[in-house]
Amino acid sequence: MNKDGLNNKKKVSLFKRSMSINIGLILVLIMLVPAIFPQFISTHSYTEVSFEEMLQPPSSEHLFGTDNYGRDIFSRVVWSTRIDLTIGVLATIVPFITGCLLGLIAGYYGGWIDDTLMRILDIFMALPFMVLVIAIVAILGPGVRNLYIAIWIVGWKYYARLVRSEVLLIKNSEFIQAAKVLGYSNSRILLRHVLPNTLSSSIVFAASDVVMCMLTGASLSFLGLGVQPPIPEWGSIISDGRAFISSAWWVTVFPGIALIILGSGFSLIGDGLSDILRTKGR
Amino acid sequence: MNKILEVKNLETNFFGKTEVVKAVRGVSFNIYEGETFGLIGESGCGKSVTCRSILRLIRDPGKISGGSIIYKGRNLLELSEKEMTEYRGKEIGMIFQEPMSALNPVLTIGEQICEAFKDKELTKSDKEEKAIEFLKIVGIPSGRQRLKEYPHQFSGGMKQRAMMAAVLVSKPKLLLADEPTTSLDVTIQDQILKLINRLKKEFSMSVLLVTHDLGVVAEMCDRVAVMYAGKIMEIADILTLFGEPRHPYTIGLSKSIPYRGAQSERLHPIKGNPPDLSNPPKGCPFEPRCIYKEKICEEMLPELKEIKKGHFSRCHFLEKLENEKGLIKL
Repeated sequence: MNKDGLNNKKKVSLFKRSMSINIGLILVLIMLVPAIFPQFISTHSYTEVSFEEMLQPPSSEHLFGTDNYGRDIFSRVVWSTRIDLTIGVLATIVPFITGCLLGLIAGYYGGWIDDTLMRILDIFMALPFMVLVIAIVAILGPGVRNLYIAIWIVGWKYYARLVRSEVLLIKNSEFIQAAKVLGYSNSRILLRHVLPNTLSSSIVFAASDVVMCMLTGASLSFLGLGVQPPIPEWGSIISDGRAFISSAWWVTVFPGIALIILGSGFSLIGDGLSDILRTKGR
Repeated sequence: MNKILEVKNLETNFFGKTEVVKAVRGVSFNIYEGETFGLIGESGCGKSVTCRSILRLIRDPGKISGGSIIYKGRNLLELSEKEMTEYRGKEIGMIFQEPMSALNPVLTIGEQICEAFKDKELTKSDKEEKAIEFLKIVGIPSGRQRLKEYPHQFSGGMKQRAMMAAVLVSKPKLLLADEPTTSLDVTIQDQILKLINRLKKEFSMSVLLVTHDLGVVAEMCDRVAVMYAGKIMEIADILTLFGEPRHPYTIGLSKSIPYRGAQSERLHPIKGNPPDLSNPPKGCPFEPRCIYKEKICEEMLPELKEIKKGHFSRCHFLEKLENEKGLIKL
């Protein structure tokens, strides 16, 4: 039947349209390999100090060279992938869920619930993201766990605001009325009818937020507030290499490249998703 | 015949920041079992608000301020929100003006129809089978395939049919149809109206049809209420309303539409605009536009008087109107 022909056509155009997703996915998948199997890929131990091999340029023995303690940069970059990826994803998902639920409740019920939540949100909005994260980590003390907590406390606001504004639109739409007419309960209408219609912009934002969180994690580690040595993290490796950047460029450049690859991967996925969701919404 | 719905002195107001818009100002009517009751009037006369008030779907800043809505002996306005959900869907169903926006764009048609089955014992495939059956009833063939499609893959008329299928699933006894055909083109309009008529018999429902289209009313309704500025001006059975209307507004409406067999004469529109409902006039709301008006009309609102059995009109000068002819000859 020509029905199938139509479907085929659609699949082709979807594939074409999401070219940036495909590239993004490839980049992320490449970075997933060292994140999952660092022990098979790394050539040295990431903590092994060797004072005979300090600040050596890239060679067949040390693919990315060594740092000022003679540690193998390649192995350190490989081992950092896991922790950076985890920070990026986890520090996005938890605020995403929190923010979406709060935005949903605020938008749908309105009234004092909405007012209270939105005023709290305004307080968080008034302060820059990075400043607040650094302040919270400084109060709680450096470390990965506190880094998560800080990003969680600061990160939910975007999702709450995005979802809330969509809910305000959706809750007055005819099909929510229709759902009420069919006698559905409030929670059912909220979760099944309102929520899916509000998520698309948040999902797009989340994809780019992964990059943001990863960079935040790297920045804080750079400042010495995030991942603590001797555990390697891109930000802290870059920070270590900062002093020798004119004589030993490889210490900062390679973790930087890794950060760029993973970051662009997620950004491209975010772009592609926003394209697809925008056209689907029409 | 038994009354299925009795609306008494219904008042619905919308509370703005500076003013209160009185959209429905004491509307009363009955709907009997198995009949199609029409509610007609121009835009903004409160007919849709009346319809939505019955299901208590009035949104902020609107509020039902008075009256009672008695469905099968129970006043719906006294029920809790939870009890009300029991009535929505199962007892009273509603179809909307815009089928495009009345279906959830992110769920498939099948998911939306299946969701309407409240019986928890049905399995997913049972529900799907039944959904296909209902799609067939509303005139959508190859239901199995259609179930997997999204609303944007449906045409306007198809969406209205799918919406009806979802509403019919719980077999309501009263169907509220809020301008169900306004956004559809004429041929589809005809099909949907015939479908409503057929379903009405098949499911032994009563129908409240809200419309501004006199043609639709003529084709569908048993009895009709004419609304103007939040009040009912005339209630009559369909033949009486078109044959011997007894209210200047209804007469004006009859003269303002073209009909087959008319001599090539000009149409007579009703001049002027409806009154501002945030500040409704003390007297008859139709007075500024009425060609029969006298001094009393400005000062006193006429009562809804019974002219003959089942024919009510709200006018001071009923005797003046006795020789007026309607659209059809009786």
